Amino acid sequence: MQRIGVFVCWCGSNIAGTVDVVKVAEALKNEPGVVHSANYQYMCSQAGQELIKQAIKEHNLTGIVVCSCSPRMHEQTFRKTAAAAGLNPYMVEIANIREQCSWIHKDMAEGTEKAIVLGRTAIAKVNLNAPLTPGESPVTKRALVIGGGIAGIQTALDIADAGFEVDIVEKKPTIGGKMAQIDKTFPTLDCAACILTPKMVDVAQHEKIKIYSYSEVVDVKGFVGNFDVTIKRKARYVKEDVCTGCGLCTEKCPMKKVPNDFNLGMDNKRAIYIPFAQAVPKVATIDADYCNMLKNGKCGVCAKVCTANAIDYTQKDEFVEEKYGAIVAATGFNPISMDKFDEYAYSQSKDVITSLEFERLMNAAGPTAGKLLRPSDGKHPHTLVFVQCVGSRCASCAEKGKEYCSKICCMYTAKHAMLTRDKYPDTDVYVFYIDVRTPGKQFDEFYRRAVEEYGVHYIKGMVGKVSPEGEKLIVQGSDLIANKQLKIEADLVVLAAAIEPDKSARPLATMLTASMDTNDFFTEAHPKLRPVESPTAGVFLSGACQGPKDFPETVSQAGAAASKVIGLLSKDKLTGNPCVAHSDEMMCNGCSSCEKVCPYGAITYADKEFRGPNRTTLIRRVAQVNEAICQGCGCCTVACPSGAMDLKGFASKQIMAEVDAICK
Amino acid sequence: MENKQNVCNEIIRRSGVNPRKCMKCGKCSGTCPAYDEMEYHPHQFVYMVETGDIEPLLKSKSIYRCLSCFACIDRCPRGVEPAKIVEAVRLEVVRQQGNNHLKPNDLPEMLDVDLPQQAIVSAFRKYTK
Amino acid sequence: MQVNEYKPKIVAFCCNWCSYAGADLAGSNRLSYPAEVKVIRVPCSCRVNPMFILRAFQRGADGVILCGCHPGDCHYTSGNYYTRRRMALLFSMLDYLGIEKERTRVEWVSAAEGAKFAATMNDFVQTVTALGENKRLEDLRCKK
Repeated sequence: MQRIGVFVCWCGSNIAGTVDVVKVAEALKNEPGVVHSANYQYMCSQAGQELIKQAIKEHNLTGIVVCSCSPRMHEQTFRKTAAAAGLNPYMVEIANIREQCSWIHKDMAEGTEKAIVLGRTAIAKVNLNAPLTPGESPVTKRALVIGGGIAGIQTALDIADAGFEVDIVEKKPTIGGKMAQIDKTFPTLDCAACILTPKMVDVAQHEKIKIYSYSEVVDVKGFVGNFDVTIKRKARYVKEDVCTGCGLCTEKCPMKKVPNDFNLGMDNKRAIYIPFAQAVPKVATIDADYCNMLKNGKCGVCAKVCTANAIDYTQKDEFVEEKYGAIVAATGFNPISMDKFDEYAYSQSKDVITSLEFERLMNAAGPTAGKLLRPSDGKHPHTLVFVQCVGSRCASCAEKGKEYCSKICCMYTAKHAMLTRDKYPDTDVYVFYIDVRTPGKQFDEFYRRAVEEYGVHYIKGMVGKVSPEGEKLIVQGSDLIANKQLKIEADLVVLAAAIEPDKSARPLATMLTASMDTNDFFTEAHPKLRPVESPTAGVFLSGACQGPKDFPETVSQAGAAASKVIGLLSKDKLTGNPCVAHSDEMMCNGCSSCEKVCPYGAITYADKEFRGPNRTTLIRRVAQVNEAICQGCGCCTVACPSGAMDLKGFASKQIMAEVDAICK
Repeated sequence: MENKQNVCNEIIRRSGVNPRKCMKCGKCSGTCPAYDEMEYHPHQFVYMVETGDIEPLLKSKSIYRCLSCFACIDRCPRGVEPAKIVEAVRLEVVRQQGNNHLKPNDLPEMLDVDLPQQAIVSAFRKYTK
Repeated sequence: MQVNEYKPKIVAFCCNWCSYAGADLAGSNRLSYPAEVKVIRVPCSCRVNPMFILRAFQRGADGVILCGCHPGDCHYTSGNYYTRRRMALLFSMLDYLGIEKERTRVEWVSAAEGAKFAATMNDFVQTVTALGENKRLEDLRCKK
C-alpha cells in the first residue's frame, strides 16, 4: 500500500476562486492510500515546495498528488521537488484542477466536485505507480553525414567546426553534388562553382572530416548515440591515397566513348576519369563497365602512364564498420525521368533538353565550353522555349510526374531565360507558365527583371505538344490571356523537370527506420517545430531529401541540422524517457503484432529459454523493447493480443483505475 | 438560375468530371488539335461548367468541333478530362431537342481532307439516333 | 433526482501532445464546457485500448470521447491512424451491441484548437445528455 500525500494548490485565486480548496483537501484525505493532505497558496513557490519536501520526510510518503495547474506547466517542478526529498520523481501525479477545472467553471459547488473527482483519479493512479529510472546510454562523439552535396558539406563543416568528428559518405567519386553541375545561382547570379569549391576544399582539409567518396551506407544498426554503420567502399581501381590527381591517365585512356554523367551524357569521358577539375578528392576512378582491362584483361594503358603507381586492377569492394552518435541524411534530389512525357518529344529530339542539361550547356566547363549550341547540330539557337511544371503539380499522372510543386523551377527558369537574353540578345525566349511562384528575398524582382529588362516573353499557358519538323521544333501551346493557341517554331526547348528525392533515400530510410512521405521525402519530427529532425531519435535531415529547396534554404537547413547534431554529441550520456513499453516475457507469444505497429523499430525478438514442466526447458520467441529507441507512444500495448505489452507510467491498470475513479 | 445550376450538376454527374480539380494551366487547350475551329476552348469548357455559366456553351458550335481524340484527357496533369465534359454537354443538347443533329446528306459539305475518318464515325455515333 | 438534472458521466481520453494541450488552451482562454467531462491524459491516442472504453461503459460512463492529433500530425508519426482504425472497429461493434453511436466519438484537436476542444465537449455532452443514462453495458455489480 502506498503512503500518499495530497497537496492542493490555491494558485492565488486562480483555483481557490471557483474551487473550495479546503474542502477538496479534506475530501481527498479519505481516499485509499492517502495519509496526508494539505493546501497552500502557491505550491510551485519555494515555500510550497518546502512544504512538500517536509511532508515526504515527515510522513514517509511513497507517492504524491499535486492538485494544481496543468502537468504541462509544473510536472517537472514537482518531480524535481520529490527527487530532492529522496522520492522517485515518477511517483508524482498532477491533478489538473486549474486549466481543466477552475478556469472553465463558474460555479463553486460544481468546480469543487470536479476537483475532488480529478484528485481522486490522480490518487487512484499513484496507488499503482512504480518508481521508474530513466535509462542512460553513452554517446559516440562522431557524426555521419550521408550525401556530399551542398547540404552534406555544410552540415559536416558546421559539426566539425564545433569540434566533433564527421564522416561524409558520398556515392559518387567526388563530393559537390548537384551544385557542382550548376552554372549560376539565382537571384544574385553568383557562379555556383566559385562559391561551392572553396567549401569542398575546406571539407578536404578539415582535420575532423573524413570523406568516404564512391561509397554507400549498406547497413545501420543501433540507436541514438550508438549507431553501428557499415559503409561499402566501392572499388575505384585506383589507390586513393597514392593517386595525385594529375589526370594523365584520363587523357591517355583509349576508351573514349563513355557517356559523361557529369554532363548528363551530352559528351563523352574516358573509362578512367576525374568528374571535374575541382573534384574532391581529386582522384581518378575507373568505370568498370567500360574499362577494357577490367572487362577483357587487355589494355593497361593507365597503369603504364601513371607515374605514382596508383592503378590497381585487383581492387575489391571494401566494407568499413564505424560507430556514430548521430546520422544526418543529406541524400538530395534528381530531376525526374522525361521518358514518359512523349508530348514534349524529349526522347525524339536532342534539342529538347532538361533544365539541368541546359545548365551544363551554359557552363564554361560543360560540353560546349559555355557556348549555347544545339546538341543536335551545334548551331546557335535563335528561338528558345522554356516549359515550366513538366511533371510538377501533376496529380493525375503518378506514374509520370509528381503531385507537388518542385519549388525551384520558376526561379531557375527565369535565370536561364535572363542569362540567355543577356549573352545572346539575338534570341527570342518564351516561357510557358501556369503560375510564376517567387516567394523569396529578391525573387520576384528577379523574375520581373527577366521580363522588363531582358524582354523574356512569359506566356500564361501550357505547352501541349512539341513536334520536330526538319531542323525546327514546333511548339504548340495555349496562351490563356490572349485566348489563342500558339505554334512557335523553336530551335531549342528546355523542360523544367520536376525534382524527386534520390533513389537511394528509400532504402536508406528503411535502414534508419526513418519515416518517409508518399513521395519518398523524409518526414520531419514536427512539420513546424522540429523541421530538421526525423521522428527517429538521432537521425537528422539536411537539404532536399526533406523537400524541394533552393540553395539558401538548403544551407540554412544544413546548419540547423548541424546544430541539432552538436547538441546531441555534446552530451556525455543520454537520459531516456522512462515511460517506455515493456513486454512481459511470460505472457508474450512472439506474434510480432507489436513490432509491426512500432513506428521506431524499437521492438526486436529474441529466443529465450524458459523452464518447462518436469525440468524441461523450452525456447520461445519473445518481444524485447529497446528502451533507448522506444518513445513511449503505447501503440504496441493495444496491438498486443496477449496483453504482454504494457507502458511504464501509463500502464493499462493505471488507466483503468483512472477510468474507475472518474465513473465512481 | 436554379435551372442553370441543375443543368450544370447534371453535366458534372454525367461526365463524372470534377471541374474543381482544374488548376487552369491550359494544357488541354495547348494540346487540342481542333482549337482553331472552336469558339470556346477546352479550358473554357471546364471553367464554364465550374462557374455554372453554360448557356453560351450549349448554343455554341464548339461542342461539335471536338474530335474526341482525348488528347486533353491524356495530357491533363490534374486528371480533369475536359473531353468528357464536352461529351456530356453534347448529350445535354442532343437529349434536350431529341432530334438528329447529323444526317448523311450533310456530310459532303462538312468534309475536310484533314478530317480523320475516326472523327466521322465518332460523329455518327454521337449525333444520330 | 429529477430528470432535468440528469448529468452524464463523460470520460475524455486526450493525447499529451495535441488534445491535452488543446484542453489546457481552452482553460487558459476561459472557454467553458460542462464539468461532466473528465480528462485522462495518455501519451498518444493510440495508447487507448478499446478495453478502456468498454471498462468506462461497464463502470457507468454515459459517453466516451477520444481526442488525438490531426491525422498526419501525430507526435509519434502514425499513432492516430491506428486509433482511427481501431475505433472504427470498436464503434461498429458497440453499435451492434446496441450502444448508440453518439455515445462514442473520436475527434482531432490540435494544441492550438482550444475553442474546438470546448465546442466539441459542449456538443458531445449535449448529445449524450439527450440520449440519457447508459444502462446497456453498465455492470450493476459495480454499483454500490
